[in-house]
Amino acid sequence: MSTNKQQVSKEVPFRGGGFTHKPIIFVGPLVFVCLIALLEWGTSTGWISDLTLPRPSGVAQTLVDLYNSGLLFKHLLPSLTRLLMGSIMGITAGIAVGLLIGLFNLVRAGALPVVAALFPVPKIALLPLFVIWFGIDEGSKYALIALGSFTPTVVATYAAIDNVDRGYIRMGQSFGLSWVSIVRKIVLPGALPGILSGLRISLAISIILLVAAEMLGASYGIGAYVLEAGSLYDLERLFAGVFILSVLGVIINWFVGVLEHRLLSWRT
Amino acid sequence: MNLHINNISHRYSDVNVLENINLEINQHQIVCLVGPSGCGKSTLLRLIGGLEKPSSGQVTQIGNPPENSINPLTYIFQDFALLPWRSVYDNISLVLEDHGIAKKEIKSIIDDVLERTKLSEFANAMPKQLSGGMKQRVAIARALSVRPAVLLMDEPLSALDSQTSELLMDDLVSLWDREKFTACYVTHNLSEAVRLGHKIVVLSRRPGTISEVVTIDIPLNERKNHSEALDIKQKYLWNLMREEALLADKELINVN
Ligand SMILES: Nc1ncnc2c1ncn2[C@@H]1O[C@H](COP(=O)(O)OP(=O)(O)OP(=O)(O)O)[C@@H](O)[C@H]1O
Ligand SMILES: [Mg+2]
Repeated sequence: MSTNKQQVSKEVPFRGGGFTHKPIIFVGPLVFVCLIALLEWGTSTGWISDLTLPRPSGVAQTLVDLYNSGLLFKHLLPSLTRLLMGSIMGITAGIAVGLLIGLFNLVRAGALPVVAALFPVPKIALLPLFVIWFGIDEGSKYALIALGSFTPTVVATYAAIDNVDRGYIRMGQSFGLSWVSIVRKIVLPGALPGILSGLRISLAISIILLVAAEMLGASYGIGAYVLEAGSLYDLERLFAGVFILSVLGVIINWFVGVLEHRLLSWRT
Repeated sequence: MNLHINNISHRYSDVNVLENINLEINQHQIVCLVGPSGCGKSTLLRLIGGLEKPSSGQVTQIGNPPENSINPLTYIFQDFALLPWRSVYDNISLVLEDHGIAKKEIKSIIDDVLERTKLSEFANAMPKQLSGGMKQRVAIARALSVRPAVLLMDEPLSALDSQTSELLMDDLVSLWDREKFTACYVTHNLSEAVRLGHKIVVLSRRPGTISEVVTIDIPLNERKNHSEALDIKQKYLWNLMREEALLADKELINVN
C-alpha cells in the first residue's frame, strides 16, 4: 500500500443480516383486519358483488345467531368428537406402526410397501366403502379420519427414528443398556421432535377429512353445516363454517406448539 | 484384568481395514494407538470393546474385572455422545439405571464422580449450556461412574481447542496418578501420545498393521520435567509416521 498519497477512508459496508426469523407480533392481526376491512368496504359499496363474497359483518352476524340459537354447539360437539376419536385412533396406530417400522427390519420390509401404497390414495374416495364396512353412523367417519391421519403419522415416526443419531445408540450399547432402555431413553426422546412435527400435519389432514366425513349421513357437524350452506349457495353460512374450521386449525396448531414447548424445552 | 488382542483382521465388504493385529493392554497401563487417518484406529477400538465383531481373530479378557466394576469396557467418545435432553446428572444416571443399583446408591455414585471431576455445581446443567471441554469432562465423569476396568478413548480431546485439551490432559494425568486406570487411547496427536502413553502403538496405513511399538518408561506425573526425552520420542514417532502419511496421501491422489 502506498503511504505517501492521501488515504481514502471509508467504513466497511455491512453485508450480513437477514435470513433469520424475528417474531413481529402485530403484523399478523393487522393483515387480517385490513383484509376484512377491505372486504367489508368492497361488499357494502357494491364494488364486490354479493354473489362473489359475503359481507364480513353478515358472517359475523351469522356466527352470533348460531351461538345464540344454541346450534353452534350442536354442530361443534359431534365434529369435535369425530375429530378427536378419529385422530386419536389414527395417530396412536400411526405412531405404533411407525415405531415398529423404525425398530424392526422385518416389519419395515413388510409394512413399508403397504404404507407407500396407502399414502397417495385419496381417502375421501374410500368413504362409500367405509360406510359399508363401518356403518353410515359414526364408524365410517372415525375410520376416514383415522386412516387419513394414520399414514402421515407412520411416515413421520419412522423417519424420525431413522434420524436419531446412531452415536447415541452406540453409546447406550457401549454402556450395556438393555434394548428396552435404549428404545425408551434414547430412541424415543430422540425421535420426539420429528413425531411432533408430523402431528401438525396429521391433525391438519384430520380437519380436512372431517368435512369430507360429514358428507354422508350427518345432520349435525361443522362439515355438514358447511356442505349444506354450500349446496344452498348461502355464502354467509358457508363462510361462518369455514371460519370455525380455521379457528379449529389455529387452536390445534397452538396446542401442538404448547406440547413441543413442554416436551422439547431442551432444544432451545 | 488384561486384554489380549489375538491376530485380529477386519474387513468392510471389499476393504481390508486391519490385518493381523496382536496387542496386549495390561492393567494400569495406557496404550496409545497412533497412525495415519483412515488406518483403522477407531475400528480397532470398536472391536476391542465388543461394539463390532472382527472378521477373524478375537479379543480376550485375561482375569476378571474387579468385583465392583459395573461396565468393564467403557468408551469415551470424540463427540462426547451426551444426550441433549438429559441434564448432566441424568446423563450419568442413564448408564447406571440398567444395572440393578438402588436409587440412593446411584445418587452417591454420581455425587462422588462429579466431585472427582470438579463438576458438582453443574449437576443440573443441560449439555447445550456447557463448553466443549466441560462436555468432555461430563463424558469422563460418566465413564468413571461405571467403574471401568479398561477405558477406551477415541480421540477424546480432538474436538477441543488446544488450551482446553491441554487442561484436560493434565486432568487425565492426575486422574491416572490417583486411580491407575487402564486405557486404550486413540489419537492422531503425537504429543498427547508421549504425554499419556506407557506404550505407543504405531499403525501403518490401510490395511492397518502394527508397524512399531514404542514404550516410554518415564512415570506420567514426571513427564513434564522430561520434555527433551519426550521430544526425542515424539520426533522418532513422527519419522515413523511421516513416511506412512506421505504414502497414504499419494494413494489418495492415485485414486482420484
Ligand atoms: N462401518 C463401516 N463400513 C464400511 N467402511 C468403514 C466403516 N467404518 C470404517 N470404515 C472404513 O474403514 C477404514 C478405517 O476407518 P477408521 O474410522 O477405523 O479409521 P481411523 O484410523 O479411525 O481414521 P481417523 O484417523 O480418520 O479417525 C476407513 O477407510 C473407513 O472408510
Ligand atoms: Mg477415527
